[in-house]
Amino acid sequence: MQFGIFTVGDVTPDPTNGRVPTENARIKSMVAIAKKAEEVGLDVFATGEHHNEPFVPSSPTTMLGYLAGQTSTLLLSTSTTLITTNDPVKIAEDYAMLQHLADGRVDLMMGRGNTGPVYPWFGKDIRAGIPLAIENYALLHRLWREHVVDWKGKYRTPLQSFTSMPRPLDGVPPFVWHGSIRSPEIAEQAAFYGDGFFANHIFWPASHTQRMVELYRSRWAHYGHGDPDQAIVGLGGQVFMRKNSQDAVNEFRPYFDNAPVYGHGPSLEEFTSETPLTVGSPQQVIDRTLGFRDYVGDYQRQLFLLDHAGLPLKTVLEQLDLLGEQVVPVLRKEFAALKPAHVLEAPTHASLVAAAQREEVQA
Amino acid sequence: MTQRTLVVITAGLSQPSSTRLLADRLSAAAVAAAADLGVRLDTRVFELRGLAHEVTDHMLTGFPPAALRDALAAVAGADALIAVTPVFNASYSGLFKSFFDVLDPDALRDKPVLLAATGGTARHSLALEHALRPMFAHLRAVTVPTSVFAASEDWGGNEADGHLRGRVDRAASELARELGRRDPVTVADPFALTTSFEDLLSRG
Repeated sequence: MQFGIFTVGDVTPDPTNGRVPTENARIKSMVAIAKKAEEVGLDVFATGEHHNEPFVPSSPTTMLGYLAGQTSTLLLSTSTTLITTNDPVKIAEDYAMLQHLADGRVDLMMGRGNTGPVYPWFGKDIRAGIPLAIENYALLHRLWREHVVDWKGKYRTPLQSFTSMPRPLDGVPPFVWHGSIRSPEIAEQAAFYGDGFFANHIFWPASHTQRMVELYRSRWAHYGHGDPDQAIVGLGGQVFMRKNSQDAVNEFRPYFDNAPVYGHGPSLEEFTSETPLTVGSPQQVIDRTLGFRDYVGDYQRQLFLLDHAGLPLKTVLEQLDLLGEQVVPVLRKEFAALKPAHVLEAPTHASLVAAAQREEVQA
Repeated sequence: MTQRTLVVITAGLSQPSSTRLLADRLSAAAVAAAADLGVRLDTRVFELRGLAHEVTDHMLTGFPPAALRDALAAVAGADALIAVTPVFNASYSGLFKSFFDVLDPDALRDKPVLLAATGGTARHSLALEHALRPMFAHLRAVTVPTSVFAASEDWGGNEADGHLRGRVDRAASELARELGRRDPVTVADPFALTTSFEDLLSRG
């Protein structure tokens, strides 16, 4: 099982002192957080993609390309790559290039983006969000697998004799996850291609996640990729930890109360009971996270959100220490002990290359 | 007797509330009118006062806390709805509007709805027609022709020949008739897949 972190890249004032990081400081803090993730033994760092204030990560492959040179084992991913407003041709090129630079330590999570005005800024319409995600990904999928592509669709210029360069590393495209909160069509899309499905999970009740994962698993089996419990599932999570549970609650509360998304709404206690947010001791985080398996089954990737709502870098790095030292080692052991042998690990570049070679031998 | 469901939404803020009082009169009359048509109505009443925090939380977080989830599901699954609000500033109360703002936009489609309101004076009675009815039209509800307004003075009317009672009974029987000529409501599962991937691909 893979453990990691995902970041939204928000620039939010620290509510305890009003300090707002500069864009430069925020961008550099994301880099520091990613490097720390590798240092404490995590597997994955995923960055969001945004094209509106107050978010800094508009150019994920620039950041991930830099990180590829600064890290050696960390798997570099996205949360999410906007499959609606980005040109699929540019995604194919950018992420293949990243794949080469990172020696295959790359995968992606497709998402639609839910901010209406961003779509027209890129010449698109949010009302066509699902059809854009379907058509653009169908093209992207072909560009990585077919050397020369002739293509015609509704949302971009047709292609004649186009070859996306560079070709994917070792002829194997990056593994793709599809992220969605509550659109059954996206679970269906992930199942159709045999790709991974990532449930954002945080900010919403677990029942959403449960239903979406159930649907994805059953459609995965329908399309002949294996048994439902062999589908590739990832989950988000959101935690804040201190050695003593009450210290965590006291320290996190002002950040919670003023946070984007849920601030000024439910109490911390209400929100932790309604959603997977866990604020407490490392042991509480371990128990809660193990419980996710009860409603989604054995899954392959757990990403935590740690750096948002104005939390200072120093605090986030301390959270990473706790995660790496006290939480993830226990989770690795416990999840591994529970996982039946026929449940697969999340694909990596190495496993995908090996699978491609097996196919070649059989053919 | 067939069995159907009636949900009553009442947005009065005081306790006891004259808005709740009107809601109870209307639901009792609806139960009686439905019984005349051979329909037994199971009635659930939701006072929005008790859900005010949850409604705000839903607006801010995008999902309903459990108690509100129950109320929203009950409304969506109801065969008929009675919606009663106090008139504030010549319109429905903010809480009343907020509840319907967080309701699924399709939840009231083709649903028989009886509109009612309370206020200090009968001069506010047209708020039902210029504020409530357009909102429910937007939600594609089927509002019954008679809406019921109760001003303070109505509560002092002679019960036997009071105008309020006549309007309550007329509106309730209109609601029962609309309910009686429809099939029981079924609620679509938002997580159900209603299309195949081949369709999604070809739709383009």
